[in-house]
Amino acid sequence: MVETTQSVERPGRLKEFWYYFRENRGAVIGLYVFLMVFFVAVFAPILAPYDPTEQFREHFLQPPAWQEGGSWDFVLGTDALGRDLASRLIHGARFSFFVGVVVVVISTTGGISIGLLAGFAPKWLDTIIMRLMDVILAFPSLLLALVLVAVLGPSLMNAVIAIAIVLQPHYVRLTRAAVISERHKDYVTSAKVAGAGRLRMMFVTVLPNCLAPIIVQAALSFSNAILDVAALGFLGMGAQPPTPEWGTMLAEAREFILRAWWVVTFPGLAILITVLAINLMGDGLRDALDPKLKRS
Amino acid sequence: MLNFLLSRLMTFIPTFIGVTLISFSFIRVLPGDPIIVMAGERGMSDERYAELRAQFGFDQPLVSQYWDYMTGVLQGDLGTSFVTKKPVFDEFFALFPATLELSLCAITLAILLGIPAGVIAAINRGKFFDRALMSSALVGYSMPIFWWALLMIIVFSGWLGWTPVSGRISLMFFFDDVTGFMLIDSLLSGQSGAFKSAVSHLVLPTIVLATIPLAVIARQTRSAMLEVLGEDYIRTARAKGLPPSRITYIHALRNAMIPVITVIGLLVGTLLAGAILTETIFSWPGIGKWMVDSIYRRDYPVVQGGLMLIAVMVMVVNLTVDVLYGLINPKIRKS
Amino acid sequence: MALLEVRNLSVDFETTSGRFRAVDGFDLTLDPGDITAVVGESGSGKSVAFLAMMGLLPWTATITSDVMKFDGNDLRSITPRSRRQIIGKDMSMIFQEPMTSLNPCYTVGFQIKEALRIHLGMDRKARQARAIELFEQVGIPAPETRLSTFPHQMSGGMNQRVMIAMAIACKPKMLIADEPTTALDVTIQAQILELLTSLQEETGMALVLITHDMGVVAETAQQVSVQYAGQKCEQQEVTALFERPHHPYTAALLAALPERATTKHLPTIPGVVPGQFDRPKGCMFSPRCSMATELCHSTPPPVGGAEIGYARCHTPINLTAEEEA
Repeated sequence: MVETTQSVERPGRLKEFWYYFRENRGAVIGLYVFLMVFFVAVFAPILAPYDPTEQFREHFLQPPAWQEGGSWDFVLGTDALGRDLASRLIHGARFSFFVGVVVVVISTTGGISIGLLAGFAPKWLDTIIMRLMDVILAFPSLLLALVLVAVLGPSLMNAVIAIAIVLQPHYVRLTRAAVISERHKDYVTSAKVAGAGRLRMMFVTVLPNCLAPIIVQAALSFSNAILDVAALGFLGMGAQPPTPEWGTMLAEAREFILRAWWVVTFPGLAILITVLAINLMGDGLRDALDPKLKRS
Repeated sequence: MLNFLLSRLMTFIPTFIGVTLISFSFIRVLPGDPIIVMAGERGMSDERYAELRAQFGFDQPLVSQYWDYMTGVLQGDLGTSFVTKKPVFDEFFALFPATLELSLCAITLAILLGIPAGVIAAINRGKFFDRALMSSALVGYSMPIFWWALLMIIVFSGWLGWTPVSGRISLMFFFDDVTGFMLIDSLLSGQSGAFKSAVSHLVLPTIVLATIPLAVIARQTRSAMLEVLGEDYIRTARAKGLPPSRITYIHALRNAMIPVITVIGLLVGTLLAGAILTETIFSWPGIGKWMVDSIYRRDYPVVQGGLMLIAVMVMVVNLTVDVLYGLINPKIRKS
Repeated sequence: MALLEVRNLSVDFETTSGRFRAVDGFDLTLDPGDITAVVGESGSGKSVAFLAMMGLLPWTATITSDVMKFDGNDLRSITPRSRRQIIGKDMSMIFQEPMTSLNPCYTVGFQIKEALRIHLGMDRKARQARAIELFEQVGIPAPETRLSTFPHQMSGGMNQRVMIAMAIACKPKMLIADEPTTALDVTIQAQILELLTSLQEETGMALVLITHDMGVVAETAQQVSVQYAGQKCEQQEVTALFERPHHPYTAALLAALPERATTKHLPTIPGVVPGQFDRPKGCMFSPRCSMATELCHSTPPPVGGAEIGYARCHTPINLTAEEEA
């Protein structure tokens, strides 16, 4: 039997995705950093040298180890109440992760469901839903979240809920737009003809094909959530002291900016690194999932 | 074009009503008796209680409460501040120019730097400038803005001593508010050093506030340019033998600006959110700080009124941007 | 001297899964005033070859050739600046999708006058006059008003006329028309083709017509090259090709023409053009050829001589007795 074709294998979808993702070195670095922060968050009690709320009365506002007056007992220094900064930062990672995950879960499930509903619904329902989303989007996100938290009472959980509500319209819009463009395609018509019910069409037929922009948005929301919760914490409306949330730590540090730079710099740096890693990943995801940018 | 305008107005009106509904219901969502909550720990006399109850009309049925509220809104009456006893509407517009001045400077800076940066990055795709720019932009919008402000203060006000820490102008200057814009008023006052003081107070907050819009505009311009540069009509332009600079700046840029204008419009909301934090840190006497302070002080009429006014302002800006978009995009202008 | 001479032009693209050869050993010689057609299905590399000559391919493409000369200029080593002086002026190209090939933000008048200013340095009055003249030449009514319209305000046929006007604005020596009528209605197709041929007669320029429609070829061309999967499989003078095709693919294409149908069902060519992942080891056409032998499946066929139309086949068909010898 003579060999008739020189075979070059068509890459599977996951492999193809990973090829593009891997090309983007930033995205891969982002992924590793993200995993590292995740690791720190999970194993915080083991990794942190001290309890985050433990005060060391002898060591108020001690500089980091490499500066004069510092010591290696408290590597990154201590804050105004003598608490070890490094331990607080490590425990803070838990809160940031918690925040990111919960916000993304709530806003995606809510947003996608409503978006699917709007995409498949009769015109009048679609209009009502979209007007409602427009109303939410008319308010600047942080302001609305701030007012919501003021109404509900300042706490981390309320901040998370407020931000999830504020971020939802983005998912609704995305999903609805994707649904509307997919709805008229042939494969949906054939599913309908084959007898697929409404729910099945929504979740099984159409949704998987709309996922690319949603995934990218989810990455963005994760990082936005961390930033917004930190902002609320900074304004005193998020996690309350002595919770070692990074934004709240910055609020406490504010009066010391000229005296003790480390109390201000390190929590912000922690936020920056985490958010940067996620945004790098989000960029990589977008490039890998966007067909227009593909080479072939 | 007319149809386009009409359809935009049609969405504006129900959204406006929705915004007023949310602002209206916000106080009434508070747990417990809203008036007692508003009093906080101060407590209040019985007369004050009755007075407030009448002012807010809590004894009326909800619908007529809303009706009163709406008629008040349309006439410009949004209640009175608990703290300053002045009408919310007046206070808003007294403080608005400060925020406007800061926001305008920030968005101008962001556009003047962001668009050229994005264009150059797109042309030099993959090369050093592109990577450097995109990395900086990424860091720019990954930073918590309040931390960035604090860092800037540490460096430029603390260590270098170049800029002041707070306020719009040095306290030794005092002149009338003509426009509300410190830059203009300081020039008009003729006092020497006033303008310089105004500028030096404006520099740091502007840079901080402009950071995120700058990053977003640069990235959006780059991706819009890249997308446009892949279009058929650019291939035609190349096939005509046109020089690359002409293709970039005349053929591609105008098309790329169309989505970027939309993005700039959307940034207004972000600017206001950023202004909240920036104004708080720099003690900039604008609307953002006013809202935050009012929330702390439980000055609920201000929160309710301010929320609504800000939302309406954002909506108006978006509408304007939509109209501008319709004018710029020939497909809509000439339909 | 030949106007255009291309020998062994190949174009490779870098893709996720390695290199893809879109054009394999393309040859063409054109004299001034020639009309040649390049026929093939989508994916045959017919457009890519000419985009390579014009220098319009993206950076992922590698172009190699033994000879690639136009009007005395060596296109392989030409500087971008010199190339820009040739394309749009002496060598022009029009494309398949007229609706997206014109810049939506500018009027059509602006887009035509641009070429006149940059290549010919005409002043404003001269540009206006020439633009009107061009519009009349391509059959656009009321040219003065049309000059200030936007592309989206006109139909596909009109836009294609504008494209043609832009392409001939500087009186080119060669015009490449890449599937100019594919995106248009059948009635407009005929008009555009007629326009192209009459322009060719008027100006004496060389015309390259890239198409997948054999019917179009019959009416317009003098020489025909047939492309398949990046390779040229046959090239002959048009009447000879239609009467006695030497490559099985050409024969199959001709047999599929509705005008030639003899049975109730139109004959088709089974199978599809090989993509990147299923290139045959032997002859590219062998999986679909009704006359394929073991040799065809295993060994790439040689290119025949001019007498058999350069047919790339182990067993060319329709040979006269002497050719078989």
